[in-house]
Amino acid sequence: MNVPVIAQLHAAGKRYGTVTALSQVDLAVHRGEVLALLGPNGAGKTTAIALLCGLRHADSGRSELFGMDPRERTARSRLGVMLQSTDLPDALTVAEQVRQFSGYYPRPRALDETLGLCGLTAQADRRYGQLSGGQKRRVQFALAVCGRPDLLIVDEPTTGLDVEARTAFWRVLRQLVDEGVGMLLTTHYLEEADALADRVVLLNGGRVIAEGTPDTIKQRAGCALVRCRTLLSAELLQTWPDVQRVRGVGRRLELATTAPERLVGALLAADAALTDLEVQRNSLDDAMLQLTREAA
Amino acid sequence: MNTTVLDIDRPRRPGALAVYLGEAAAEFLKVWRTPAFALPTLLLPAGFYLLFALVLPGEWKGFDRATYLLATYGVFGIMGPALFGFGVGVAQERENGWLDLKRVAPMPVAAYFFGKIAMSMLFALVVVLLLSALALAGGVRIPPLQWLGLGALLVVAPLPFCALGLMIGSSARAPAAVAIVNLVYLPLSLLSGLWMPIQVFPQWLQAFAEWLPPRPLAVMALDVVGAGEADWLAGTLKLVGWTALFLGVAVWLHRRGGAAQD
Repeated sequence: MNVPVIAQLHAAGKRYGTVTALSQVDLAVHRGEVLALLGPNGAGKTTAIALLCGLRHADSGRSELFGMDPRERTARSRLGVMLQSTDLPDALTVAEQVRQFSGYYPRPRALDETLGLCGLTAQADRRYGQLSGGQKRRVQFALAVCGRPDLLIVDEPTTGLDVEARTAFWRVLRQLVDEGVGMLLTTHYLEEADALADRVVLLNGGRVIAEGTPDTIKQRAGCALVRCRTLLSAELLQTWPDVQRVRGVGRRLELATTAPERLVGALLAADAALTDLEVQRNSLDDAMLQLTREAA
Repeated sequence: MNTTVLDIDRPRRPGALAVYLGEAAAEFLKVWRTPAFALPTLLLPAGFYLLFALVLPGEWKGFDRATYLLATYGVFGIMGPALFGFGVGVAQERENGWLDLKRVAPMPVAAYFFGKIAMSMLFALVVVLLLSALALAGGVRIPPLQWLGLGALLVVAPLPFCALGLMIGSSARAPAAVAIVNLVYLPLSLLSGLWMPIQVFPQWLQAFAEWLPPRPLAVMALDVVGAGEADWLAGTLKLVGWTALFLGVAVWLHRRGGAAQD
């Protein structure tokens, strides 16, 4: 892969007092790539972002943005950021805020273009304080993209959005990626990483515990759990291609799989007396648990 | 895979002047459109001046009351926007992530502070104009040059209070900052003789007041309008000293808080 790296952490570590937020983290975003940083609360996602955009300084290792220290303003003039919980001044209008931020960048988008891209054309002259939660989030996104950045960092962009708003947001992100923007996105949702990312880095407890395409990650963790009471033995099921892992005691079994529909069909065909069938989509937390256990 | 991009077209910087002026304009609009902030900071000094200098009867021995209070209410009036703008503004913007977003943006951090200082000075100008209009209507007559001098002094006078506000805003959370600013603003004004001549205070209190930040400014403003004499060098040194102290504490708080915040 010869695509240049536009942002990276190199053996980066960060402590807050006695708490280790990041430890020996290596991370690289290539030009035009979407990298999802996945992990539960407290995994170190926000700290990783803080190091990459120059908000914090690594205690050990280093952080680079376009080959420079992120604390250099020139490096940040090609970066757009949407932080996790930010509130903008209530009294300023959408257009005023976007215009002000556009002024920080050397080659900003035209105001109308930014507003159109973020679905804010109708709200241009409304004050931030009068907007709905979803609209506020869009203004924060507008500030991230108004400067035509080469790298977009978005920290949990869709937390708190409803499904419709979330898919609309994904559409805009994909449009930007098509234009060649590199992106680093953090999320709780495996689904979101799946929909957007070329590559996923799983963080837990401040360490990278897995890295790969969304498919590899899901496969390693198994994307669903099938539970049932069956006469089929664990040893037999272990040999089925759709079964990744078997756990359980006696007849009560739990099977991890990436193809729950096929597996359920096969189970019912093989054991007509099967009972207590239950299918559960593997949540990210389960995947994390699974991968953490493997990492240990 | 690990090659670092060394850059195709290094972008030019956008005009610094435009960025600084943009911050100032945004900051002013922000405050101007927040009536809970703008109204008391403008109406309090104007109302007090109207009441105590012009409407209520009474003669002060030795000096003209309306002229004297024009200078001291002027100092009182310019303190508010600086203390609230920095004290409450910085506390709020630190808390809600706005300051972080500014720091991440390719904007000089200095522009953030410049914007707030410019806002404080602009508000100071509005306060001076408001009080001056009231004074003129109330029959106060000062030579134009002195009037201009008072205006000039009061427009730069917010600086030490910007520093004090920054110190408060860097140490407290937003709701506490509002309370602290009020606890600092009003007693400091009263004890510095901004509401009444300091001569009515007991001797020890007068001596104490000399060391409060607004006092040297009040003495200078009174000197400008011909209602007293100031030691300009000593006054300036005191103000510079206070400003340096406030800024020093603010920087220290910021350094310490940077690590502990999250």
